[in-house]
Amino acid sequence: MTDLAWIDAALSSARPQAVAALLRYFRNLDTAEEAFQNACLRALSTWSKNGPPRDPAAWLIFVGRNAALDDVRRAKKRTSLPDDAAISDLDDTEAAAAERLDSADYRDDILRLLFICVHPELPATQQVAVALRIVSGLTVRQIARAFLVSESAMEQRITRAKARIGDAKVPFETPGAPERAERLAAVVAMIYLIFNEGYSAGRDTVEQRAPLCDEAIRLARLLLRLFPAEPEVMGLTALMLLQHSRAAARFDADGQLVLLDDQDRKLWSHALIAEGQALIDKAMRHRRPGAYQVQAAIAALHAHAVRPDDTDWTQIDLLYQTLERLQPSPVVTLNRAVAVSKLSGPAAALEMIEPLANRLGGYFHFHGVKGAFLKDLGRVAEARTAFDQAIALANTPAEAAHIRQHLDKLNKESVS
Amino acid sequence: MQYAILCYHQEDVVGSWSKEQDDAVMAKLMVVQERLVKQGRLGPVVRLLPTTAATTLRKDSDPPLVIDGPFAETKEQLLGFYVVDCTSLDQALETARELAAANPGGAYEIRPIGYFAPNGGSTK
Repeated sequence: MTDLAWIDAALSSARPQAVAALLRYFRNLDTAEEAFQNACLRALSTWSKNGPPRDPAAWLIFVGRNAALDDVRRAKKRTSLPDDAAISDLDDTEAAAAERLDSADYRDDILRLLFICVHPELPATQQVAVALRIVSGLTVRQIARAFLVSESAMEQRITRAKARIGDAKVPFETPGAPERAERLAAVVAMIYLIFNEGYSAGRDTVEQRAPLCDEAIRLARLLLRLFPAEPEVMGLTALMLLQHSRAAARFDADGQLVLLDDQDRKLWSHALIAEGQALIDKAMRHRRPGAYQVQAAIAALHAHAVRPDDTDWTQIDLLYQTLERLQPSPVVTLNRAVAVSKLSGPAAALEMIEPLANRLGGYFHFHGVKGAFLKDLGRVAEARTAFDQAIALANTPAEAAHIRQHLDKLNKESVS
Repeated sequence: MQYAILCYHQEDVVGSWSKEQDDAVMAKLMVVQERLVKQGRLGPVVRLLPTTAATTLRKDSDPPLVIDGPFAETKEQLLGFYVVDCTSLDQALETARELAAANPGGAYEIRPIGYFAPNGGSTK
């Protein structure tokens, strides 16, 4: 890796911490981002000459803060009436600042920075886009590419979202325990959204979108370092690691989605599986089950089966029952039905999902799963109807193509 | 004399490498490792999972206390280690320099090994 690539990696890894601390100083997102940009420019010239500092984040915060203060002072000289209010908050001595850099403030700084992106008035995709811009520091072009929209459209979207965030009252006071827990839950959900933006990509877009999975995992690890004893943060991280471990096996050479049962398990990343499992083990010790932990445990059971037939469906069924209790939803029941079909056969599974038809009638997966059960029961015509409905409801070409594979199999089998 | 070369680096920096960057660093390190293998000097090579996967057992309380995360909260974390056979500290430093050229940033702690039991010390 060249020095420049190393500096780049150091800058991007220091970014959440540095922007978050600068936001606390300046209480203005634009000023904080600008200060960070300035500090990065100086880092490029200084670090390549003198080598990187021991603590890049602290260096960037110092330099960014001073550069921004210089700007304020310069502006002050130009205007006849000095605006003391603009800097009155910022008169701390360097020593006081250094002391703050070492304190646990970082934790709440970064949480705050992530939390302001989870603005309730912003639609989920905009929360994700703005978090990728502000927290991760991806360029607008990179984000636009991941969301498959033009750069100018994304620029507009982010500008608007940031204006909304700017208008809102940013909570600068140190949060109490309940607020912190609430913020953490919102941020955890947002990180999983980022992951799913990448994970739900079809073969044609996976190259553009897969970096979102890496970014979500990076943010989750960051959150985990800040909150090392939060089982749901462990659960979220584990869930994403385990899902991502299958990335190389999820598409075949023709770009078709490969079902879990049909994936080449040798392509799974064993390092990611090991890390995911380690985090679940740690989380379980806390005996505070949560939806992410349970989903991660289910993913781990799939990951540990050397062949599809080795899958521990009894355990998976039990975990889905736990998930139904923690987070009752017809989608969870639908997923449990797949485990039930493996344990008790397709008839029992079909019986289980029929009452869901009202609530899940517009849901792609419902018809896909129903079609598969009907097919296994030999009810070919009904299966075909269900698959057709699934295709009509597919959200992505990949989903539609995936169901078409089922239909093709069905046609082949009914001919032979 | 066996030396442990303990690899310290900021794991959030290493964690922000793309897979391509990571693979490139590993490939460069592999060149150095292969040279050491040919010289018959390389023992176990270990890369640890992130410290977020770590759990610490504090033995200074009774019963010992289980804590999530690594033992030490430091700016750089222990990310892995090499065991290398070296004739002198100079040679150990030279080996560490070669590894450092393949993977800049962070620090290597060169630590002579007092007792080495690759198979758990079993005499059977």
